Amino acid sequence: MRYLPLTPDDRTAMLAAIGAKSIDDLFVDVPESARLAGTVDLPRVAGELEVERALSAMAAKNATAGAVPFFCGAGAYKHHVPATVDHVIQRSEFLTSYTPYQPEIAQGTLQYLYEFQTQVANLTGMPVANASLYDGSTAMAEGVLMATRVTRRNKAVISGGVHPHYVKATETVVHAVGVETQVLAPAFDAEAAVIDQIGPDTACVVVQTPNVFGTATDVTKIAEAAHAAGALLIVVVTEAVSMGLLKSPGEMGADIVAAEGQSIGNALNFGGPYVGLFATREKLLRQTPGRYCGETVDADGRRGFVLTLSTREQHIRRDKATSNICTNSGLCTLAFTIHMSLLGETGLRKLALLNHEKAVATRDALAAIPGVEILTPRFFNEFAVRLPKNAAEVVDTLAGHHVLAGVPYSRLAPDAGMDDVLLVAATETTLDADIQILAKSLSKVLGA
Amino acid sequence: MSTMNTVGRPTAPNAVTAKPATLTGGRGLLQDEALIFEGDGWGKTGVDLPEPKTNGSDLGDLVRKDPIGLPGLSEPEAMRHYVRLSQKNHAIDLAIYPLGSCTMKHNPRLNEKMARLPGFSDIHPLQPISTVQGALELMDTLAHWLKTLTGMPAVALSPKAGAHGELCGLMAIRAAHEASGQHEKRRKVLVPTSAHGTNPATAAFVGYSVVEVAQTEDGRVDVADLAAKLGDDVAAIMVTNPNTCGLFERDILEISRLTHEAGAYFYCDGANFNAIVGRVRPGDLGVDAMHINLHKTFSTPHGGGGPGAGPVVLSEALAPFAPAPWVVHDDGGYRLIEREEDEAQQAFGRLCAFQGQMGMYTRALSYMMSHGSDGLRQVAEDAVLNANYIKARLSDLMSAAFPDGPCMHEALFDDEWLKGTDITTLDFAKAMIDEGFHPMTMYFPLVVHGAMLIEPTETESKAELDRFIEAMRLLAQAAKAGDVDRFKGAPFHAPMRRLDETRAARSPVLRWSAPEGSNQAA
Repeated sequence: MRYLPLTPDDRTAMLAAIGAKSIDDLFVDVPESARLAGTVDLPRVAGELEVERALSAMAAKNATAGAVPFFCGAGAYKHHVPATVDHVIQRSEFLTSYTPYQPEIAQGTLQYLYEFQTQVANLTGMPVANASLYDGSTAMAEGVLMATRVTRRNKAVISGGVHPHYVKATETVVHAVGVETQVLAPAFDAEAAVIDQIGPDTACVVVQTPNVFGTATDVTKIAEAAHAAGALLIVVVTEAVSMGLLKSPGEMGADIVAAEGQSIGNALNFGGPYVGLFATREKLLRQTPGRYCGETVDADGRRGFVLTLSTREQHIRRDKATSNICTNSGLCTLAFTIHMSLLGETGLRKLALLNHEKAVATRDALAAIPGVEILTPRFFNEFAVRLPKNAAEVVDTLAGHHVLAGVPYSRLAPDAGMDDVLLVAATETTLDADIQILAKSLSKVLGA
Repeated sequence: MSTMNTVGRPTAPNAVTAKPATLTGGRGLLQDEALIFEGDGWGKTGVDLPEPKTNGSDLGDLVRKDPIGLPGLSEPEAMRHYVRLSQKNHAIDLAIYPLGSCTMKHNPRLNEKMARLPGFSDIHPLQPISTVQGALELMDTLAHWLKTLTGMPAVALSPKAGAHGELCGLMAIRAAHEASGQHEKRRKVLVPTSAHGTNPATAAFVGYSVVEVAQTEDGRVDVADLAAKLGDDVAAIMVTNPNTCGLFERDILEISRLTHEAGAYFYCDGANFNAIVGRVRPGDLGVDAMHINLHKTFSTPHGGGGPGAGPVVLSEALAPFAPAPWVVHDDGGYRLIEREEDEAQQAFGRLCAFQGQMGMYTRALSYMMSHGSDGLRQVAEDAVLNANYIKARLSDLMSAAFPDGPCMHEALFDDEWLKGTDITTLDFAKAMIDEGFHPMTMYFPLVVHGAMLIEPTETESKAELDRFIEAMRLLAQAAKAGDVDRFKGAPFHAPMRRLDETRAARSPVLRWSAPEGSNQAA
């Protein structure tokens, strides 16, 4: 038990100092019948080597993204993360610190949160951003709830281009408090369809760009329509790198941006931990969920940073709080902010262009295969194709040939009747050779 | 008793105390660190990327034209910036971090190594199931450990933090009442006054009205008050056990019996599970749902405020309502059930886009396996022993909020002992910083005046506890001796002096913007 520093002698001496005869004396408040006499039925203490072997054996059973031609996206993207990022986030002072409740000895965390908030605000084109939420999908749910608080209306109109899992995660939470959702049918390029659905009871319109099929849309007109009806526009972004190339949500009139920040600095991690980006307009600030870091001065007049605006939060307002959130994705924001600092504007734009370029090359290769139809008109680094066969079956077959060809749309929405649709993503990590292998093996499987 | 080790370690006997201001206004190696936006990084990048062949022209007017406002740092500049920032942070690897009810314990680096195995970190949440069998096996194994340790039949892994777990538990309860047609009349959730603020916030979030339950003189749920408020309009009670006063709810069996008799469910806030792991199974106490903060009990790092992970264990009655996704296994291997409609369950929905915090599952399982069943039992014993040791050694100078009987994982003091000194809990906390310690949790729980909540955890040695206790005793004596200046102006020996939190809240400055008249971007 290498993590436990007390020796048997320590324990004896400490019990004596407490005035207890045995450790059981300290558990007297536990009802007799609920005390476990022995140990539970689990393996006993294991050395470092043993644990490492057991977990490595499990890890070895998975096909890693870096080892094969890889084209999966749909809300999680494989990007190259500079070695510096992971090194820095593993520094003890970052990794093993807690929420910065004592700002005088947490300036490291607080300053990077402040830098993160600025980067996210600039990236999304919004005036303010918080210190992060759990992930993009929970950020969308919080955004919808916030819109209902702000507008005192009860309905969210959600575009059919929003990631089905984001929709589901949002509906699960907002239905509990009686907020209605109207989700439009999936369509490859139909964000504008939401405009006709806006009514006097609409709290917000939710659109995603690039959407789940990869389509990039200028949502300016949707923003105008929403605002004219007194509703808010929530823009969801699942691929943060896209904002390095495309018009920002703020520029297009968004009131709330709920985005997934995993792409910058964070690994795929089988779905988490990720980092939810949440940005909004200044006048809505006090209705927002989550944490903020703010600038202030210390007793000597030097600039410093603190967590602030806590009057919105659960520990002050309890059942009146704007949300029950009590954490953020601190370490993931650090990874994001380091990677973003290394990229800078020049690097981010270049990275975004490289992503786009690889996706265009992938599209061109697939478009040349007889029977494959490209469905997405304008995209960033991901697009949808229609196959002449069931997409999930094709993906499974290709996985058997060590090619991870993408995400079948039916995996996200089994009842949508789009079993032949495949979502294909490429990033800067995609090699030209990978594209060739994908095209070749897909042709083979399709018998083209 | 002095535990300060001065023997054999000569220090300057007449240390110079006068401090001439430095020429640059810094403090030795602790220099002020400019924001990345204040340097010359506009246009710079620290990442080598190939030149793109295109310019995104096929995207037409969708292309962003204006500057974004993101400075870049070369790699050495970035390294120095963040390492300098890191040096302004306290962390568990530096010294005890006794935040009661939050808790930082040692974060083993084996956990980090395991989470970074490419087989776990470099896999996509939507890869074909056949290519992630090991990941699903890990989730299934973690679930098995959690179910066995809690004596509960089911677990929902996906909640992304403790408060998210509360949400999950209450939604499962709500779904169960809906399924039995009782939801319309069961609209209340009972929450003791001592509860963590997320409890009432969560209940309200799920659409319930919150009714407070009184607390007894000895810091426990007032069972008579609970019984009086229980009825067929109550959906659930939320009780933290061990509670936030650091005490085990002695009447827990009575509480669960009364709750079930009234047709309500028993939600247990499992934030403090580290105090009883391996010694008490919440399932044996009649709990229906309980979240487990993996960072707290199973040592996943909290990295300055997350990520967390809050798996929820569920009783037989609530198990069918667990959210998607979940793992099942049969002869064909592991499968991931991704929709609530599948497998004849009545899942209340989905809580997040993917499978939850896989990176935290890996770390937690690594920690659990390292300890084993016997070690985890020892974890609870040492956590409780350490807390009681601190309580015993400080109780003559400071006033324990609940002096009678043992505490569990944390020792709670009030500010009664500071009466007449003009020193507040906050002042005392800031003076602790000068002595090299992270302060305890202040002013929480709210039911105790000027609360000071100290939680050492099981990973502190006796020597470190003695060092902490000695400093606390010296501080307490100084407070009582009227050494007010030491407290009022504290901290003096920290990267920053006391920060003006009121100013930050009154006129929020939440991002950097270019000084007026400058031509910097953004």
